[in-house]
Parts: sequence; structure tokens; C-alpha cells
Amino acid sequence: MTGRTPQQGFDPQRRRFLSAAAAAAGVTLAPGVTLYGVTAAGSAAARAPEDPVTSSVRWGLLVDVNKCRDGCNACVTACVEENGLRGNGRPETDAQWIRKVELRDPSTGAKRSLPLMCQHCASPPCVDVCPTGASFRRADGIVLVDKHICIGCRYCMLACPYKARSFIHEVVEDQKPYAPRGKGTVESCTFCVHRVDEGRTPACVEACAEAGGDAMTFGDLNDPNSRISKQVAAYVTDQIRPDLGLDPGVRYRNL
Amino acid sequence: MGRRLVLALLLLLAPAAAAAQDSDAGRVPLPTIVKGKGEACVADTAYMRRYHMTELDHQRDETMHRGVRTRKFSLKECVDCHATLAPTGGYVSVNAPGQFCRSCHDYAAVTIDCFQCHAARPGEKETKRAGAFPRTAGKFRQESEVQ
Ligand code: SF4
Ligand code: SF4
Repeated sequence: MTGRTPQQGFDPQRRRFLSAAAAAAGVTLAPGVTLYGVTAAGSAAARAPEDPVTSSVRWGLLVDVNKCRDGCNACVTACVEENGLRGNGRPETDAQWIRKVELRDPSTGAKRSLPLMCQHCASPPCVDVCPTGASFRRADGIVLVDKHICIGCRYCMLACPYKARSFIHEVVEDQKPYAPRGKGTVESCTFCVHRVDEGRTPACVEACAEAGGDAMTFGDLNDPNSRISKQVAAYVTDQIRPDLGLDPGVRYRNL
Repeated sequence: MGRRLVLALLLLLAPAAAAAQDSDAGRVPLPTIVKGKGEACVADTAYMRRYHMTELDHQRDETMHRGVRTRKFSLKECVDCHATLAPTGGYVSVNAPGQFCRSCHDYAAVTIDCFQCHAARPGEKETKRAGAFPRTAGKFRQESEVQ
């Protein structure tokens, strides 16, 4: 039996590298235009089913807010369908893994619409506070809840600054075989880990492209040739609340 | 002399013991083992009977924490193979009374917790699930923030 929580520790070296990359991004902006569509999905080399994940990969998601249309909900719908998140018609307590957030700058009236989900932090506070080890960060950066261990204390929900987690209050039936969910546990976006492990992209990313938005890019931030790495290298991108020092794997452009 | 007496006693008692056993079997019916789809299980029956939970526990940690997706001892594969088709169409839950998992567990009086979270029927790749609804469609949560 393996240890329960092979967590990735906080890596200040990598943090320095990322902030350096972000600082350099402004300078390299001009020649960056041709970088679109260089690689397809930006997924790392396929992993055999018997191989464990390693920290050579760090999964990340880049959202181009300019391309995210106000009123479009394709990513949310896709997530609900993919993961079987059928609610009970009670929005206050129904599970929500991804939501559309509208931002408005009161001084100028400028509006932004963007999807918000678990940011898959490199130093996740949900993992820090979890008393059981159920909240954990996989070696490749995906933050998950091991519901076999979760006691439903909801400490992680309080700790998460992005309101990314939901507690399941009611009995769940007809789950998707690849997405087990049950009463009394906490859950959040898994980056569609079952799809990622098959070399596919998350359902929201696929749905956004199909809806013509193409606002989301998923890929390996550690692979310099992935589409996402080229984009975060070429353009200024933001993490939400970078001041918290959590180093989210989800970044936003044109925020 | 003494040994012969014991033997005689045993012979006398044997039919009575057999009768007692028969009535026991009647009181607690043996589980009905629904046959799986394939030729044979991933390991032999005696091993699976005793160690299936050890293997499933091990596999769950491997898959959950290390992303290992081998299929041999995956619960999903158990369900895919052991679920039976309902006469009305679709699959019967392996956790339903008389079905593969449940019949043995009822016999052994051991509760199954797996299916509180895990699907007890094979996936329905082909049929789009009716009733799924986009919970927030059309009305976003309004949040005013300066960014
Ligand atoms: S966004 Fe919240 S739930 Fe996700 S890793 Fe960060 S702290 Fe944890
Ligand atoms: S609710 Fe579960 S995952 Fe969250 S802190 Fe408590 S035990 Fe950990």
C-alpha cells in the first residue's frame, strides 16, 4: 500500500522561474503572434496506464478573457454533463465545480466575464488545512479530494480563497463511472483527471472550442513546447490573487 | 475396544448431523452467483473471494494518488463485467438485491459502502443522460469586483 498523500511540496525555485517568465513576457510580446496553433492540445507525452504521474508535468489552464463571451455558459454546461453534477434544484447547496463570474470596474464600467474553478494551486491551502490527508496535490499539479478519506469537515472550503469547493449534502445516484461522488464529502474541479490521464483535455476546454470561443488552453506548463507554455511566455498573463502566493495553475489573459 | 465403541457411536450420530446441516442450509440460503461476462475473472475464484477488497483498496490508492490506471483490479472493470442486463433494458445495479456484489455480501452480512459514491452500473457511453441540466444556465452569479 502506498502512502496516502504523496504531495508536492512548495517549490520556491519554480516560483522564481515563473515570476521571471511573467516579467519577461512584456518584452517578447511582438514576435509572439505566430505562436497560436503551434501544437495541438499541448498534452505531455502519453503515459502508460501502469506509470504513475510525475512532477515533470505541471498541468495548467490559460483563459483568454477577451475571448470569453458574456452570456456563454458552454464550459459550465459541459462540466455538469461530463461529471454528472446533477443538482437538486437548490443552487445554494448544489455542487458547482466551475462558474461564470462577471466582473465590473465601477470607476469605468468595464465588464469582464470569465470562468472560475479550482485554480490547482502549487501551494494549496485546502491541502494545508485538511486534517485527514484527503485533500492532496498530485505530482502533476492536479489538486483532488480522496473521498475515501474525506470526513466532510469542510475545513478546505473555508481555506480556499476561490470558493472552488462544494460539499455534497444529499445522496447522489447514477454517478458517472469515472467520477465517483457521494454524500458527506467535499469535491471540486478535477481538471477532468480521467480525461487528462487518457491524453484528452478537460470537458470545459473542449466545449469552449466547440462553441467557437476558443478562450481556454490546457496543457503542460513544464513543457516549453506546449501551446500553453508558449502563450504564457509570449503574453502577459495573470493569476487571480497572486498576492496570496499560492501559484495557481490557472492563469488569465487580458483580465 | 474403546475405539470400536466411538466408531459405532459416530455411525449412529452421522445421519442426525447431516439432517442438522440440511436444515441450516435451508435457513440461510446460499448466495446466487451471477455469472460475469468474460471467460474467467482476473484472478481465480478462491483468491478473489478472500482478497478482492485488499486488491481494490490497493488499486484505489494507486489510481487516486499516483494516477495509475491499470484495469486488472479496477472497481469499474468489476462492475462492467458483473452487471447484468435488465429485461426492461439498461443494466441492473450490482448492488441490487440478488445481484453479484450484493448477494454474497448479504450472505456474509457485510455492508457495501463502495456504491455510495461509485457507479454500480456500467457507463452509458451511447445514451445521453436525460434530465441533466445546466444549473446556472442563463443566469450568472453576479459579482461586482474591481480587477
Ligand atoms: S483553488 Fe481552492 S480548492 Fe483549488 S487548489 Fe487552490 S485552495 Fe485548493
Ligand atoms: S472536508 Fe474532506 S477534504 Fe476538506 S478538509 Fe475536511 S477531510 Fe479534508
